[in-house]
Amino acid sequence: MPTRTIAGKTVTVNDEGFMTNPAEWSKEIAAELATEEGLPALSEAHWKVIDFCRQEAAASGKAPTLRQITTGAAVSTKDLFALFPKGPAKKVARISGLGKPEGCV
Amino acid sequence: MADENRKIAFICSKGNLDMAYPALVMGWAALGNGIDVTIFFTFWGMDMITKSRVDRLEIPPVGNNSFKMKMMGLPTGNLGIPQWMGVLPGMTAVATWLMRKKIAGVGAPPVREYLQMLVDGGAKLYACKMSVDMLGLKMTDFIDGVLDIVTAADFMDMTEGSQIVFI
Repeated sequence: MPTRTIAGKTVTVNDEGFMTNPAEWSKEIAAELATEEGLPALSEAHWKVIDFCRQEAAASGKAPTLRQITTGAAVSTKDLFALFPKGPAKKVARISGLGKPEGCV
Repeated sequence: MADENRKIAFICSKGNLDMAYPALVMGWAALGNGIDVTIFFTFWGMDMITKSRVDRLEIPPVGNNSFKMKMMGLPTGNLGIPQWMGVLPGMTAVATWLMRKKIAGVGAPPVREYLQMLVDGGAKLYACKMSVDMLGLKMTDFIDGVLDIVTAADFMDMTEGSQIVFI
């Protein structure tokens, strides 16, 4: 499994650049990954989504799907797409240090 | 991103409940992956965007080889619902109820709500001009989010460079 250094910490990632061990994640890593994804500084609204994904993944072992995020974190679809434009499914999961969401909805 | 964004267009031509979902599921996945989505509704697909029809889409068991009694929880293997049984009054309602339950069971919302999710995610919906004329429909008959009534040629123009999926 390849590794890379993000925010001064060496973490394992898969071929697509998703972190493979959620325990290696930190808020600093999230901030750096967000910059890589072309996002501005992470706001409270971003963190609400990221925190929800982290909690969900800790409970279920899987990154939540977009619909699970909108219903679970009480974020509207419009807001979610505005916060993480151009492909929120992958962006949210990557920034949250999780794998790609497993699920279609 | 330097290169142009990937684009996908769906043509929805069916009004059966089961045939409404492929474009919704794939369109939603496309939006989630940052792909531009356009959906063109034509012929019976108009039911998906017509206010009075969208919540009443059905699946008739007649002539549907894939509809097995097993779906109703019976231990009947590959045995289909007998065609003569499918024509009994109420069978379409039962089949539709069952399919709705299966769809809800995987966490997928009803068609109206799914379309709203797609619109909120940036999908563009268009109604087919010929179908509108043929079925006597107008813009006010459609759910929110349908942008315009367009011709087949307009659709060709607006989907230049798109991958097109016909359903």
